[in-house]
Amino acid sequence: MTKKEIFLVSAFKENSVIRQILGICSSLAVTNLMMNSLIMGLGVIFSVSLANLTISYIRNWTPRSVRMMVQTLIIAAYVIIVDIFLKANMPDISKQLGPYVGLIITNCILMGRAEAFAAKNKPIDSFIDGLGAGVGYTIVLLLIASIRELFGFGTLFGISIMGSWWTKWSIMVMAPSAFFILAILVWIINNRYYSSKA
Amino acid sequence: MEISSFVLFWAAIFTSNILLTNFLGMCSYLSVSKEVESSFGLGMAVFFVLTVTSALNWIVYHKVLVPLGLVYLQFVFFIIVIAAFVQLLELVVERYAPALYYTLGIFLPLITVNCAIFGVSLFLIIRKYSFIQSIAFGAGSGVGWLVAILMLAGIRNRMKEKFVPAGLQGAGIALIITGIMALAFIGFSGIVNVQ
Repeated sequence: MTKKEIFLVSAFKENSVIRQILGICSSLAVTNLMMNSLIMGLGVIFSVSLANLTISYIRNWTPRSVRMMVQTLIIAAYVIIVDIFLKANMPDISKQLGPYVGLIITNCILMGRAEAFAAKNKPIDSFIDGLGAGVGYTIVLLLIASIRELFGFGTLFGISIMGSWWTKWSIMVMAPSAFFILAILVWIINNRYYSSKA
Repeated sequence: MEISSFVLFWAAIFTSNILLTNFLGMCSYLSVSKEVESSFGLGMAVFFVLTVTSALNWIVYHKVLVPLGLVYLQFVFFIIVIAAFVQLLELVVERYAPALYYTLGIFLPLITVNCAIFGVSLFLIIRKYSFIQSIAFGAGSGVGWLVAILMLAGIRNRMKEKFVPAGLQGAGIALIITGIMALAFIGFSGIVNVQ
């Protein structure tokens, strides 16, 4: 596979959230605002691509029996960088995301990509695969967030879209809407693009 | 925080259910919930590990990391505590209770990467709970997770024979069911508020 194909496959064709329902623990919780989703997505792109790169570099020296622990610690190191960066530069968003930044560590996408791709492939390919997985995750996050923020607050990225007459749908801000919107998204995409497989 | 531990325990089950309002532990929740029996096994394991690790992580954070000024390493320490405890539990259960090991054993490795365990540890630091409150919150979250996965498994069992649109089969319909469950749990939300 060429580098471009690796990226496209892991971002769209095998999109972790839609196709494998991985990593939704955190993806549902932060999607009530576009800004939070974007920051969360960037955090995941950063940690998954660099963690993949590192794991791939040391893949031949890692004993099989402890590789899960090694992978987790590598991921944790990058997530700590993201957390410290957010605390220092965007304290408000860091407070809103709360524990969900730390939860990137247990996000199944990172572990999944490390295990399925980085443990077997060359560093640069792994980096691109991680980049793809992160971008795919961010796009899904932003899709869900755009619906929730538009109807829940009448804004996008905090900019008023609907005007002052808009009655906020408080259900969109609450938990159940996240489940419904993701389910509908999965439904539409499965029917539209993967109907032969589904 | 002046909220009593008893209230916190019930609040963690109903008004701020770890799964239905905080979305934690979704991965194993969706993949294991096909059978009631295995859901119960995983739920019990989560409940036990959650209760003990929230106590352990409280001690690690307040008695080790804060005095040493290593707070920024909390993620790494929490993960190690959880992984080590799960590993230890696996050894002990295998040695002394083989029967239990066959029902719970296969779920134990899944628990290390369960976001609910790690998430609860982070919540109790962020919300500044006391030691007793942390145990109550951990135990309550465990019970809440058990309740949620049992409900989903029961409903999915009943849905086996029913028609589900092709695109929604599997995870899609499970998400919709969870959404309806979350909607039902919002009914509890006025009783007590813990944030």
